[in-house]
Amino acid sequence: MNSVRPILSAKNIIKRYGNVTALNNADFDLYPGEILAVIGDNGAGKSSLIKALSGAVIPDSGEIILAGKSVQFSSPIDARLAGIETVYQNLALSPALSIADNLFMGREIRHNGILGNIFRKLDKRKMQQIAREKLSELGLLTIQNINQTVETLSGGQRQGIAVARAATFGSKVIIMDEPTAALGVKESRKVLDLIRDVKAKGIPIVLISHNMPHVFEVADRIHIHRLGSRLCEIDPKQHSMSDAVAYMTGAKAPNID
Amino acid sequence: MKKTLVTSALSAIVLCGSSITQAETGACLITKTDTNPFFVKMKEGANAKAKELGVSLKSYAGKIDGDSESQVAAIETCIADGAKGILITASDTKGIVPAVQQARDAGLLVIALDTPLEPIDAADATFATDNFLAGELIGKWAAASLGGAAKHAKIAMLDLAVSQPSVGVLRDQGFLQGFGIDLGDPNKWGDETDSRIIGHDVTAGNEEGGRKAMENLLVRDPAINVVYTINEPAAAGAYEALKAVDRQDDVLIVSVDGGCPGVQNIQDGIIGATSQQYPLLMASKGIEAIAAWAKDGTKPEPTEGKNFFDTGVSLITDKPAEGVDSIDTKQGLDLCWG
Amino acid sequence: MNEENLNKPQAFEAVLSESDTSTVQFTKKTSFLYSIQKLLHSNPALVPLLVLLASLVIFGAILGNKFFSPFTLTLILQQVAIVGFVGAAQTLVIITAGIDLSVGAIMVLSSVFMGQITFRYGLPAEFAVLCGFIIGGLCGFINGFLVAVIRLPPFIVTLGMWQIVLATNFLYSANETIRSQDIEQHAALLQFFGEKIKIGGAVLTYGVIAMVAVVLILHYILTSTAWGRHVYAIGDDPDAAELAGVKVKKTLISVYVITGLLCSLAGWALIGRIGSISPTAGQFANIESITAVVIGGISLFGGRGSILGMLFGALIVGVFSLGLRLIGTDPQWTYLLIGLLIIVAVAIDQWIRKVAS
Repeated sequence: MNSVRPILSAKNIIKRYGNVTALNNADFDLYPGEILAVIGDNGAGKSSLIKALSGAVIPDSGEIILAGKSVQFSSPIDARLAGIETVYQNLALSPALSIADNLFMGREIRHNGILGNIFRKLDKRKMQQIAREKLSELGLLTIQNINQTVETLSGGQRQGIAVARAATFGSKVIIMDEPTAALGVKESRKVLDLIRDVKAKGIPIVLISHNMPHVFEVADRIHIHRLGSRLCEIDPKQHSMSDAVAYMTGAKAPNID
Repeated sequence: MKKTLVTSALSAIVLCGSSITQAETGACLITKTDTNPFFVKMKEGANAKAKELGVSLKSYAGKIDGDSESQVAAIETCIADGAKGILITASDTKGIVPAVQQARDAGLLVIALDTPLEPIDAADATFATDNFLAGELIGKWAAASLGGAAKHAKIAMLDLAVSQPSVGVLRDQGFLQGFGIDLGDPNKWGDETDSRIIGHDVTAGNEEGGRKAMENLLVRDPAINVVYTINEPAAAGAYEALKAVDRQDDVLIVSVDGGCPGVQNIQDGIIGATSQQYPLLMASKGIEAIAAWAKDGTKPEPTEGKNFFDTGVSLITDKPAEGVDSIDTKQGLDLCWG
Repeated sequence: MNEENLNKPQAFEAVLSESDTSTVQFTKKTSFLYSIQKLLHSNPALVPLLVLLASLVIFGAILGNKFFSPFTLTLILQQVAIVGFVGAAQTLVIITAGIDLSVGAIMVLSSVFMGQITFRYGLPAEFAVLCGFIIGGLCGFINGFLVAVIRLPPFIVTLGMWQIVLATNFLYSANETIRSQDIEQHAALLQFFGEKIKIGGAVLTYGVIAMVAVVLILHYILTSTAWGRHVYAIGDDPDAAELAGVKVKKTLISVYVITGLLCSLAGWALIGRIGSISPTAGQFANIESITAVVIGGISLFGGRGSILGMLFGALIVGVFSLGLRLIGTDPQWTYLLIGLLIIVAVAIDQWIRKVAS
């Protein structure tokens, strides 16, 4: 493992809000091709950590390294341009717009030639075609009509669209914030399958979740966050769910390997 | 006490510019709006006369035509301010009466300008145009100009508003009487049975309304050849509608008001004739009356045979008709307002 | 634990393979009412179009040729041209879930500027028109800046702007009307949109043609360009749009600037329509434009609706006003019916939105 360099890492990240220290010298490492789960109790600072990685929060100090290069993000758009896609818990979809519109929101494809350059005409056919391809790649073929509005979809399907958007554009890393929190049993199952499909495409995933069974099912490694910094990283095959819960709540100290 | 302080402080802020001297006689001018040139001219007349007589004048106006609320507040402010008299063109001629009574009880002289209150004796005096006469003059002129053709005229009546305010009714009915049409009930328009009237429509007294109303009536009968309008902006709008169907040269338009753009429109042959009224005179006479009232308590007397003080009206046209007195546009331009 | 177990679903989920999978799919309800609801959901301009056609048929049946003549039908277009321009401007703002109460005032101020710059300062009419557009664009920019950057509610911002612009208009113009004949002689360009083309009995003014063109161009922009899709996305959910990569502030400001410019265009067209330049014109343009937008099926909650619907909405009002006047009813009936239409339109909008859930 150590011979491979992390694709995304953070060193000594500090973020304070007034008197509260949300991140206290936090470290983070994500390796190529893996699913890394980030868990932690409420208020442990995992949400601040993820925001720092996705550009939504600017750290007071510390360094973020993406693919060997030090990077600084001033907005989520910066992070996206660098290749880090985030699937937000609220999905960031526009319900009244179509699946294709949503998939390409902010990254629309224009026609070639005069139509595109002068009349700024969008190449809807091309976008629809790509959207259809991406959805079928991820096994979301139950969606028949790429032009139906997102609000007509179920919660799981919407999650699918958000993940598909990230997978379409996320060249380096995809961060998923609580992807199963709002879903029922069957839909959660679909989304977990989807996460594995994305991993199979070779894109590493950071998964933030409170759901221990889900975390233990899909994660390759688990980053446990406590009191503003990384407490430890564990292998889900070596530890039980109750171990993980005990570490993150401070009931038990991890035995560092 | 506190309220008085606050209101006078407020009015001082509102009226920044006009100095407040305690020794002078105070007077208030309350108009429907301060955007209509008619009221702007009225204010001008009042200001000039007030300066001449050493009266301290404060002006108030509603936000829009029909805003009686602001006018009531203005009356209250004037009472609190210790003014000697109020000149008012009421937006709501019935609704304002209790506030006017309050002012009169407090010893103020209240004069209605341009628009009589209902009942007319709710104010101490009314200085106004005889609107019926104004209508009658243009009606007579139109009939005389047409001569024999008046029998087969097709008349469009462009009125003010569906609520039929008294100004609009008086001018409309005056015109019809002058033209020689049987009025039915003279207190409202629209009940006439003469087939020469193609229809009545409302204009809100502006260009856009005038154009729309004219268009609507032209659809009803494209052969309209006489157009009565409540005022000159409505007449200008009606002219545009006629121009759009190339009828501008064979239709007679008459109007009431005598504003400067209106008189110029007569000069240019757009309007045939208008009855000019004199807002400046109303206001300056009003200020004089308040000054007299403050001095020795004399109240102004109405014109003989009328229940208000008639500030006069003249027919303006460059094509005088037999049997109707008129002045030409050159004189009209000297006397015009706005 | 071995790897094989881990990658399998958890034991308690094993039964899932036998469960009904239909909920994951798009549920197909097939009732007639539902199909209508869905149809309207994807074609927001359909309701106003149907209402427009129905009202044309009904008034045509009652009034016959007097109504169904090229002259009368094109007259309706002329009568709604100004509301059409202002409604187009209003549509843009309402799609972003805002509202603009200052549109009418900006329109009038622009027309007054165009007139005063020519007649007070003696500058060429072309320059005056340009100044009119600058003043409209500037008012729009201030609205947009306050809404997008300072994050004040659009209702409040434009309520204030309405008063400020109207007062500026009256102060600057000294309430003076510029007469049609003077404009015709010295600055005919200002009356450009009053020029007309006659085809038989039909009369089309340049103002009417320009208004329809503006609506069609905006329809293209809103549906077929990235900017247009962003405008809808912002109205739908600005936070989601921001996270998805839309430059929300920039787009919002541009919407208000374009709205201001469209109001200036409306002001120019207004001069063509009424001939003269009157500071007291267009007092109710803001309410009339909102009426057209709402009857046109554009959601006041943002993100939904077609600008074509606004045009149909404006035409419905025009058909009703003229039709009822020709029948000879009291004009108050027009307001009553339009009031009803507004409430019905909003109720239908709410009903259509339910297709989502």
